[in-house]
Amino acid sequence: MKILKNSILLVLLGFMTWMLFNLYKDYDSRDTLNDTARYYAEKGPDETGAANLVTSVVVTYRGLDTLGEVTILFLVSAIIGLLLKTENGTRKTAMRASSEFMITAAKLLIPMISLIGVYIFVNGHLTPGGGFQGGAILASTFILLLISISRNKIGHKVLELTEALSGLSFVLIGILGVILAAGFLDNKILGTGTFGSLLSAGAIPIIYSLIGLKVGAELSTIILELNQVQGKED
Amino acid sequence: MIQTILIILISVGMLLMAFVAIYHKNLQVAVIASGIISLFASVVYLFLAAPDVAITEASIGSVLTVAIFFYVLNKIRHEDPEK
Repeated sequence: MKILKNSILLVLLGFMTWMLFNLYKDYDSRDTLNDTARYYAEKGPDETGAANLVTSVVVTYRGLDTLGEVTILFLVSAIIGLLLKTENGTRKTAMRASSEFMITAAKLLIPMISLIGVYIFVNGHLTPGGGFQGGAILASTFILLLISISRNKIGHKVLELTEALSGLSFVLIGILGVILAAGFLDNKILGTGTFGSLLSAGAIPIIYSLIGLKVGAELSTIILELNQVQGKED
Repeated sequence: MIQTILIILISVGMLLMAFVAIYHKNLQVAVIASGIISLFASVVYLFLAAPDVAITEASIGSVLTVAIFFYVLNKIRHEDPEK
C-alpha cells in the first residue's frame, strides 16, 4: 500500500516536472512591454495624473479588483470574528502586565509608526506604497498598542465604524465616478492638479486613504479578536 | 554584478530559514524563521525594483503574520492538556 502511494506521488511529481520543463523550454525574456503594459506606461501619467504608476493601475485602471481585494479582507475579518466569538465579562486576562520599558518605548514609537503608515497611504500616488501597505503598518502599530499599554480598553465600536464608513465612502466615490466622469472608480471627478504635488491625481489620494483606513481597521479587528480569546478558558 | 551576488546570498539565507522553519522542534523559533524569510524576501523585492511589494511583504509577512501565529500558538498551548 505504501509503495503504491509513493509510486503515485512519484508519477505525479514526474508529470509536474515535465510540464514545468516544457513551460520553461519555450520561455524567452522580452525587452519590450506587452500591449496593455505599454498603454499603462505611456498613457497612465497623462490620464490619471499619478506620479506612481503602480498606484494609477491599482486604483484607477484595476480599481474593481482593488474593491474585490478589500471585500475579501472584510470577509476574512468577519469570519474570524464569527469563529472567535467572545463573550464579554467572562474572560480572564491570564497575561502578565507589560514592563516599564515596553510602555515607555511604545509611547515613544506608536505616534511615529502611525505617522509613517498615514504618510504611506496619503502619498500613495507619489511615492511607493499605498492603502494596503499603510493599513498594514497601522495595524502593526495596533499590535504594539495592544501588547503594551491598553489591553482591554479598546472597543470594537471605533474599528467597526471606521471600517464601515470608509468602505461605504469608497463605493460611493466609485458611483460618483459613473455619474460625473467616465466610469466606475474613475479618478477624474476632481481635477488632476499639478503632476507630482500632494493634491493631484483626482480622487486617487482620497480613495487610497479610505482603503488604508479600511485595511488598517480590518487587520486590527483580526488582531483584537485574537487577543481577546487569549486567556479565556472554554 | 554585486547586486546579483547579494540576491543569491539572500536567497540562500531564505532557503536556510525555510529549512529551519520546517525542521526546528521549537515552534516559536520556526515562526520567527518564517518571519525572517519574509524580511529577506522584501529585500529581494527592493533589489528587483518593486518597492510597493517590498513594503507589503515587510509589514504583512514579517509583522502581522508572526503576531497572528504567536497569538494562535499561545492559544493552542493553553488548551493542550498534555503540557
